[in-house]
Amino acid sequence: MNRIQQLFSEKKDTILSIYMTAGYPNLHDTATVIQELQKAGVDMIEIGLPYSDPLADGKTIQDSSTVALQNGITIEGVFNQLRSIRKTVSIPLLCMGYINPIYQFGFESFCKSCKEIGIDGVIIPDLPLWEYEEKYKTLFESYDISVIFLIAPQTPQERVLQIDKASNGFIYMVSSAATTGSKMDIDNEQIAYFARISNMNLKTPRLIGFGISNNATYKKASEYADGVIIGSAFIQAIQKSDNLSDTIQSFITSIRTGK
Amino acid sequence: MKYTVNNKGYYGNFGGAFIPEMLYPNIKELENNYIQIIESESFQKEYRDLLKNYVGRPSALYKATRLSEKYNTNIYLKREDLNHTGAHKINNCIGQVLIAQRLQKTKIIAETGAGQHGVATATVCALMGLECIVFMGKIDVERQQPNVKRMEMLGAKVVSVESGSKTLKDATNEAFRYWISNPDSFYIIGSVVGAHPYPDMVARLQAIISEEIQWQLQETIGRNYPDYIIACIGGGSNAAGAYYHFLDNERVTLISVEAAGLGVDSGKSAATTVLGNTGILHASKTLVMQTKDGQIIEPYSISAGLDYPGVGPLHAHLYETGRARVQNASDEEALRAAFLLTKLEGIIPALESSHALAALEKNNFLPNDIVVVNLSGRGDKDMETYIKYKDSF
Ligand SMILES: Cc1ncc(COP(=O)(O)O)c(C=O)c1O
Repeated sequence: MNRIQQLFSEKKDTILSIYMTAGYPNLHDTATVIQELQKAGVDMIEIGLPYSDPLADGKTIQDSSTVALQNGITIEGVFNQLRSIRKTVSIPLLCMGYINPIYQFGFESFCKSCKEIGIDGVIIPDLPLWEYEEKYKTLFESYDISVIFLIAPQTPQERVLQIDKASNGFIYMVSSAATTGSKMDIDNEQIAYFARISNMNLKTPRLIGFGISNNATYKKASEYADGVIIGSAFIQAIQKSDNLSDTIQSFITSIRTGK
Repeated sequence: MKYTVNNKGYYGNFGGAFIPEMLYPNIKELENNYIQIIESESFQKEYRDLLKNYVGRPSALYKATRLSEKYNTNIYLKREDLNHTGAHKINNCIGQVLIAQRLQKTKIIAETGAGQHGVATATVCALMGLECIVFMGKIDVERQQPNVKRMEMLGAKVVSVESGSKTLKDATNEAFRYWISNPDSFYIIGSVVGAHPYPDMVARLQAIISEEIQWQLQETIGRNYPDYIIACIGGGSNAAGAYYHFLDNERVTLISVEAAGLGVDSGKSAATTVLGNTGILHASKTLVMQTKDGQIIEPYSISAGLDYPGVGPLHAHLYETGRARVQNASDEEALRAAFLLTKLEGIIPALESSHALAALEKNNFLPNDIVVVNLSGRGDKDMETYIKYKDSF
């Protein structure tokens, strides 16, 4: 059992996972942000690996990626920054990145580095299920790294079942037909979709992400899933921070409690 | 059929559909339906009728006598420049819009670089009364104002894209993002790029070019294939169309010409097969210009239509298997070829097509050879550039 599976099997109340962009706001903030997030009580962290052409991301995450790339971040650089992260951080860590930089790094080396560092899972939004099963499944499994797949409101029922079967960590439920950070409310249509998936009794736990930005949306979404993922709202909160520790603490408190 | 796409969407090692899950239903719907639609009688009837009476096809296959004399061979120009809207792009747009209608889509989106594909898309949307949004990088919007105005006059909404490097690749990203957020729209991709089935679908819709070359050559020289076909490649749609019916006929040598910009080693180039390696761009595994860390490099060419950091997966495959000879032409060589054609034949070519013409200098043809150059577009849109350089050539 890796840390992700352990978290979902043990924790019963709402799981909060935060997406952060590596190398942002400054090149050497990666480890600090992770440590501060753990301190603030988040349950899991997705470390975004910046890409020049992030097709599924809205403006906030695009812009943070651009800044991080200008700062000089690379996958190798992220891994170097995280070499000793497991001395201080015990919550599950994932990498979220587009396939091309990982492909250039080499999937095998990528898995090996993740394992060495203690990365428990990956989210590659443009790695389709078929490619994964055909070419990469054996590799990721041999390193005990969970590969997380997305589902969206328009995902057909039989495909949700297929994804459930292929998953061994959690399912990332995209909250609406949108890129990251686009929508900041939860409407009835989304609730119907959350409920529909919830009633499918999937074997894999689910987190809801995209557009979760405050205590209200956090609470609403968590009624229908094991927890939520917040990305753009967090990036916005830290982009102008002059004290990451305070900013992160108060952001997480406001999400959890509304205060 | 060594060069057609397999049932997984691959040409050899290249292709596939690296799309986020949100687009899966759209891509699947298209994949499940496109061949059946294209091969249906009702589609063919409407498509052929529009190509004939609206686009003005068949486009002439013109024997360029004076150019042939200069190179001591037989040069035929496939006159895609004579099509309505001035390039081959409209063949694809007509086809895709008819497919969109059959899938009950009423809102069309497209990306554009120089604006040729945007204008062609806006044109067919006006023709069919469909809503049209064209994504165009901010830098391209600024340098291609006449085409922006044409699209707007045709009723399209032009969205200026501010993300990334603000050019064609970013316009494509933005079109994908819009499609994710608006899955009821239909994305008309302008070249043989993107997720499967786009490369194959666009190639089939451009295949009219080689179909005509076959019978036109039969009529004029009594043989239905040439010795050489030369075409420029940005994404590679005009080349794919000109090659399509000859792919399995190894007697036909295919010459693909990329844009070398200021020279392949200058750092300002778009010669993807020379400078790129295998990667994933716009949902397709293909040859891509990128850093060693897998970040996409912004290419450069004087010709906006060739200014793309990848090639379609078919072309990566033709290159890898050696089926196509891939060459390149610099800005200067392309300009020289454009002025030469204008002087000898009275035809002002598009800058993209001028790259194909420039290859005439770089290959030795025999006096009996039949050489077809795909003249993918006309030069109206490039007049500003030509005027700037008119005294240098
Ligand atoms: C006249 C002309 N030729 C060629 C191209 C390049 O596209 P492709 O390589 O898909 O034919 C363009 C693109 O805008 C064009 O306008």
